[in-house]
Amino acid sequence: MRKVSFPYVGNATITFQKLMKALGNDVVLPKRPTEETLSLGTKYAPEFACLPFKIVLGTYIEALEAGADTLVSTGGVGPCRAGLYTTLHEKILKSLGYEFEMITLEPPGRHLRDLVASIKKLVNRKLSIADYFRLGRFVWKELQLLDKAEKLSHKIRPLEVKKGETTRTYKKCAELIAKAQNYRDLVEIEREIELLYEKIEKKDVDPIKIGIVGEIYVVIEPAANLEIEEMLGDLGVYAERSMFLASYTFYNAVMDLFRMPGERDVKKLAAPYFKEMCGGHGRESVGNAILFAKRGFDGVIQLSPFTCIPEIVAKSILPKVCAEYDIGFLPVTLDEQTGKEGLRTRVEAFVDLLAAKRKKRKGDVVYGTLPGY
Amino acid sequence: MKIGIPRALAYYAYYPFVNTFFEKLGLEVVVSDPTSKEIMDAGVEDAVADACVPIKLFHGHVRNLLGRVDYVFVPRLVSVNREATFCPKFLGLPDMVACSITNLNNMLEVRIDIGKRKRELFLTCLRVGRKFRKGFFTAYNAYLKALMSLKNYTHQFLQGGIPPLGVLTQKKSADIKLGVVGYPYMLYDPYLSLDLIKKLIGMGTYVITPEMVPEKVKQKYAGKLKKTLFWTFSNSVLRTAFHFLETGCVDGIIHVTAFGCGPDFIVDKIMELEARDRNIPYLTIALDEHTGQEGLNTRLEAFVDMLRRKRKVKEAAML
Repeated sequence: MRKVSFPYVGNATITFQKLMKALGNDVVLPKRPTEETLSLGTKYAPEFACLPFKIVLGTYIEALEAGADTLVSTGGVGPCRAGLYTTLHEKILKSLGYEFEMITLEPPGRHLRDLVASIKKLVNRKLSIADYFRLGRFVWKELQLLDKAEKLSHKIRPLEVKKGETTRTYKKCAELIAKAQNYRDLVEIEREIELLYEKIEKKDVDPIKIGIVGEIYVVIEPAANLEIEEMLGDLGVYAERSMFLASYTFYNAVMDLFRMPGERDVKKLAAPYFKEMCGGHGRESVGNAILFAKRGFDGVIQLSPFTCIPEIVAKSILPKVCAEYDIGFLPVTLDEQTGKEGLRTRVEAFVDLLAAKRKKRKGDVVYGTLPGY
Repeated sequence: MKIGIPRALAYYAYYPFVNTFFEKLGLEVVVSDPTSKEIMDAGVEDAVADACVPIKLFHGHVRNLLGRVDYVFVPRLVSVNREATFCPKFLGLPDMVACSITNLNNMLEVRIDIGKRKRELFLTCLRVGRKFRKGFFTAYNAYLKALMSLKNYTHQFLQGGIPPLGVLTQKKSADIKLGVVGYPYMLYDPYLSLDLIKKLIGMGTYVITPEMVPEKVKQKYAGKLKKTLFWTFSNSVLRTAFHFLETGCVDGIIHVTAFGCGPDFIVDKIMELEARDRNIPYLTIALDEHTGQEGLNTRLEAFVDMLRRKRKVKEAAML
């Protein structure tokens, strides 16, 4: 039996584990990236590799040490370099002496045959079409539920009365989802999640609203972005991120098959500033920032790994866009050196500024000092 | 009418074409001054902090042209062949420049996406000609002359010269042959590369750059990687490196890259691993706006000395 492992992507890791098991593989569950993971990755990765590359490399090494013999990851068609990461990961790991097979899942639009061939390698059990349908429905629902639990936690955290209650509830929800075995379980859990969140005691305030845009891995994976969403929530800020795994997978894996580019409205919004697709999520970052501004958000935080090319392009465009839409802008560049406290200071200052700006707009006079002090 | 051409990025790869084309269209071509400290500083000031040096330099060169010309030519290079595109920074270049430089209002943005069909290049030229109210025949004539000029430029490289640096020929009798790989805008900007190539030639080596290897030879190594790289210049660099490694026609390889270059971390690592497998000396030089003359000299001298010693040992063993 194949011993499969894959990069760690937040809570969806559990879903992928279930999927791989259902297809008849043994799974070496990737661990949540820690300091050690990152330093392992940094040790063997080239200096200018971006943070996701290093984290994923570290995760692979840990998985291979734990006995995995097959690594599964996604490919891409560029011009963002992430599409070549599997190639380079494979080369580096092989030069370190590990023996394994790398399976790259390419987007179906241009590489349908490759994709089918790779998936065939992963299917090691006879399944009927009905089974596939059931499995697909289950995985899709689970991804959606995970996103829902997370979205709710972002909405409720700034309003909670007792600090930390939302985080605890969210963890409980993730555990519940991880235990689900079939579609019916998930439907029940969905109701339970809503109930759990409803039980949390809430204040009635209008929190500062910040949109988070940027490169997908650092936006989605809390271990990579130093839990910035939790940090913002604890500061009493409603943070909404532009990307979630379920919708991203849908647009880029399913719609790609029909040659339909996803997130059309976002791209249209970005078009006056960003005329060309330049890979990665550069254009989406700009488009989503505009979308947030139109929805009345107070500020935008852009998360990008150091040396990420599309985000550098976006970063030079975003200040102008945010100035035009009169919305705050804070770029955060992440790499293995970024410290959590430094980030917290910057984020706190940013939030204070936004609060002052909001007060000023409402007509209240702000006397020099920042609110709350 | 004056048209300004920034002396940065794709300039070094395609300038004969661009310059000749605009000249033959009947416009006055103003190329920005050779890179200097002022231009570098202006670029660093305007460009976003974590962009690579070549991009910062491009901003500086655009600033250098402001107020002197009627139009500043900013190309958006999308593709020049079927298999690859360019680094995302090339794709977003006009957008970046437009947002970063405040008083730039006369940008001539030209989208160059000529990989799909052969006649696209001509159609793009025609479109530019029409913008300046030039007729079909003027544009066609300019296009042909520009092609000739580019061909001549490529030919000069194949003869062992490096025209952008003013090197016409190199001594064939040099004892050490060095493969110097890197993007044209890194290698051929004497200020940015701290005159690296001329220094190496001065040390008595024969330098071979990616442009000096015929396209046909590079194509042979296209299948070396499981997946073709997405970037035209990177493909050229990597294939040249494979050519050096497979034929063993050089004593060592120097890779010149910019600090924080996106595509290069993949290219560099692959070359490093391959060179290690074949036991060929390999040196990476990462340049940025702070790189010092002396540090570079020391490293180059040490590398060349090491190659000389290696050769001597080898020759002694043969006797």
